[in-house]
Amino acid sequence: MITLTVNGKIVQLSATPDTPLLWALRDELGYTGTKFGCGISTCGACTVHVDGKATRACSTTIEAVAGKQVTTIEAMDSNRIGQALQAAWIRHDVPQCGYCQSGQIMSAAALLATKPKPSDADIDQAMRRNLCRCGTYNQIRAAIKDAATALGA
Amino acid sequence: MSTDNLTTRRDFLKGSAAATGALVIGFTIPAVTRFGAAAAATPAAGSSFAPNAFLRIAPNGEITVVSGLSEMGQGAHTGIASLVAEELDADWKSVRLEQAPVDKAYVNPSFGMQATGGSSSIRGGYLPMRKAGAAARQMLVTAAAAQWGVDAATCRTENGRVYGAGGRSLGYGELVAAASKLPVPQDPPLKDPKDFRILGKGVPRIDTPAKVNGTAQFGIDVKLPGLLTAVMAHAPVPGAKVVSVDDTAAKAIPGVRKIVQIPQGVAVLADGYWPALKGRDALVVKWDDGPLGTLTSEAISKSLTDATTKPGNVARSEGNVDAPVAKSLEAIYEVPYLAHACMEPMNCTAWVRAGEAEVWAPTQGPGPHQGIVAELTGLPPEKVKVHTTYLGGGFGRRFAPDFIVSSTLISKAAGAPVKLVYSREDDTRAWFYRPASVTRFKAGLDKDGNPVSLLARIAAPSLMIGAGFVKELPKGIDEQAVEGIIDCPYAFPNLRVEYTQAEPGIPVWFWRSVGHSQNAYFLESFIDEVAAATGKDPVEFRRSLLGKQPRLRGALDLAAQKAGWGSPLPQGVHRGVAVASSFGSYVAQVAEVSMDAEGKPRVHRVVAAVDCGATVNPEIIKRQVEGAIVYGLSAALYGKITFANGRVQQSNFDDYPMLRMNEMPRVEVHIVPSTEAPGGIGEPGLPPATPAVVNAIFAATGKRVRKLPV
Repeated sequence: MITLTVNGKIVQLSATPDTPLLWALRDELGYTGTKFGCGISTCGACTVHVDGKATRACSTTIEAVAGKQVTTIEAMDSNRIGQALQAAWIRHDVPQCGYCQSGQIMSAAALLATKPKPSDADIDQAMRRNLCRCGTYNQIRAAIKDAATALGA
Repeated sequence: MSTDNLTTRRDFLKGSAAATGALVIGFTIPAVTRFGAAAAATPAAGSSFAPNAFLRIAPNGEITVVSGLSEMGQGAHTGIASLVAEELDADWKSVRLEQAPVDKAYVNPSFGMQATGGSSSIRGGYLPMRKAGAAARQMLVTAAAAQWGVDAATCRTENGRVYGAGGRSLGYGELVAAASKLPVPQDPPLKDPKDFRILGKGVPRIDTPAKVNGTAQFGIDVKLPGLLTAVMAHAPVPGAKVVSVDDTAAKAIPGVRKIVQIPQGVAVLADGYWPALKGRDALVVKWDDGPLGTLTSEAISKSLTDATTKPGNVARSEGNVDAPVAKSLEAIYEVPYLAHACMEPMNCTAWVRAGEAEVWAPTQGPGPHQGIVAELTGLPPEKVKVHTTYLGGGFGRRFAPDFIVSSTLISKAAGAPVKLVYSREDDTRAWFYRPASVTRFKAGLDKDGNPVSLLARIAAPSLMIGAGFVKELPKGIDEQAVEGIIDCPYAFPNLRVEYTQAEPGIPVWFWRSVGHSQNAYFLESFIDEVAAATGKDPVEFRRSLLGKQPRLRGALDLAAQKAGWGSPLPQGVHRGVAVASSFGSYVAQVAEVSMDAEGKPRVHRVVAAVDCGATVNPEIIKRQVEGAIVYGLSAALYGKITFANGRVQQSNFDDYPMLRMNEMPRVEVHIVPSTEAPGGIGEPGLPPATPAVVNAIFAATGKRVRKLPV
């Protein structure tokens, strides 16, 4: 049994230690907001926070996160940055199909936690590993800046 | 699935009081069998099924619009709900959208089956859905007037309430019981567009809140008691057959429950995706590759190119393209196969039980897919329940049946509910690609340099045959292989379009904007070559040949103006232009491109102008055009599926890349004001994107890009 904290709750996982965090979250714990896109850390759909850091859950084993704090999209409405981002995402009507957006918001949240006023280059750097097949990048950029402004106000 | 031939149909309105006491308005659209065989394989379910309705108003005033259309990001749910809400004078905040089951009431009038694609949702729903809302509104007003003992003409409606003289009012919810007893108006009057409060205004999307907090349910998110996850060893080559399976190692993996062999491959069933994937990877499967086991992309390219050296079937002919000309130009253009690469990998949950079956799927074709499950299980279609989830991208791919077929067969064999999930590699390699295609052009100029003739010889696989819609091509022409060229908008007095069906054997499928996706690239690039040969400005040259195309020319003029065509650009940045009409809409784009030190293009800005007729939601229109541009640029710059030994050489986003945030151009979309009937919008933004960029590359380098990717 591997023990970790997910969204503030201590959980014990019965999955084998090599199981990627993504599949433990989705299949064992039922947190399906975190998405499977590629399985090799190229698309960012599975982005979660591990001890506050944006992490690709598809390529991180549960063994590697034992004892750590994991945060998923399901808990983003309970912190200030998450709330600001979700509100900005709604204001800008960012999602189209929406499948990548959990990961986008998680990457954006990690960015704003370290850079409250990100430049375009900062956004490029932080978000370039999150793919969006619908092409919502310009709306994501606008929403991040909007959320940053709201948080700074 | 192109649907340019939308026909006007009578809508039959009928009403019934639902068991819940809600006011229900429903109507059926007579099925039009465009794709005879496919539609015939999908008998509609019985019309007595209770949710056979498009609109439900609850006693608490909540308005539920029921739609059979699949939401894959294109905004169809929001658009359809907007049409109802407008005529109903509903409060947009009280409107929700419910995904319909399969029922003949929800047949897409554009296809004659319950399916979403071909940029048809708004075109098909524009009048029927407004009538559904208008009929309900009229009944609510009649009910309120009766209660007050006044003439209905003295009442008005706004934001979900009926208002009468003297400031009195009743909420729609309060009128549900009385309105349910009234006859449904057959031909309710529709609003004058100048009175619209929702249409054309850009109301917020109905699906956004669920898509920012992880609660939106996609197919891959389906949960059921006792659900097993399946990952398959798929055939490595189209037509390959299993010779032997050694599943010893797979069975030893903790969590693996069952191994099931079906004609499509071998499935490992487990308690979750991870053990299923490990089990699948541990299988030792020997395949007989079959006749395609030696196929290469080089051979495909050669066969298509060779096919254009001989005359093909004549799709269109005017004048005489063989008459002597003062100067002629010739060029061959080529595109590769392309995968759709939806962000949500293909998946489907199936549960085949005794006497009934259920599937939960991110599907664009719940109607035909119900018929397929019925056929595979031997059940009558009404015993097959299809739950359409949100789709994590569609682009045509989710109209294909492969994930439905395999999951159904696996569940049937395993006797358990099964969620089949494709790994990204499985998804990339599962075929159903945009066809490779080659077009050979020849243009003629007269002695004064005027363009007088155009010959286009197209060689490509047939989608109509590949998708099973027809067994034989009418007049030997595949309409999707030639669309965008057969309807060449330019006035050439001598014009001939030919098509040769070339079938390398790779399964092909509808890909966002279908034939237009490559044919606009072909035609608009070659037209740019002709423009250069005449020494004319690319915009002026196009304008001069678009005299009979006022809407396309209008879009071109607007794009050129907004882009500042002809004005100075920063050092090293160059412009290219392209136009294309598809799915009933007209689009022009100007791209600004520079070349980096390694000779790679960088797209800085794309200015688009779109004439898609009357607008339902201008914000969604702009996003669809922008998204289609990104989808097109990914294909233009990176997209290719290639083959060696019959096997797909790409696997994941590392070797089948797409545009990322740091490569995203600025995009401006301008809408041409119009009162014409709505055109499609999910696809028409795509076709001009590639040619606008490659024409800008020509402006930058003097070199033509005649083969994609760049």
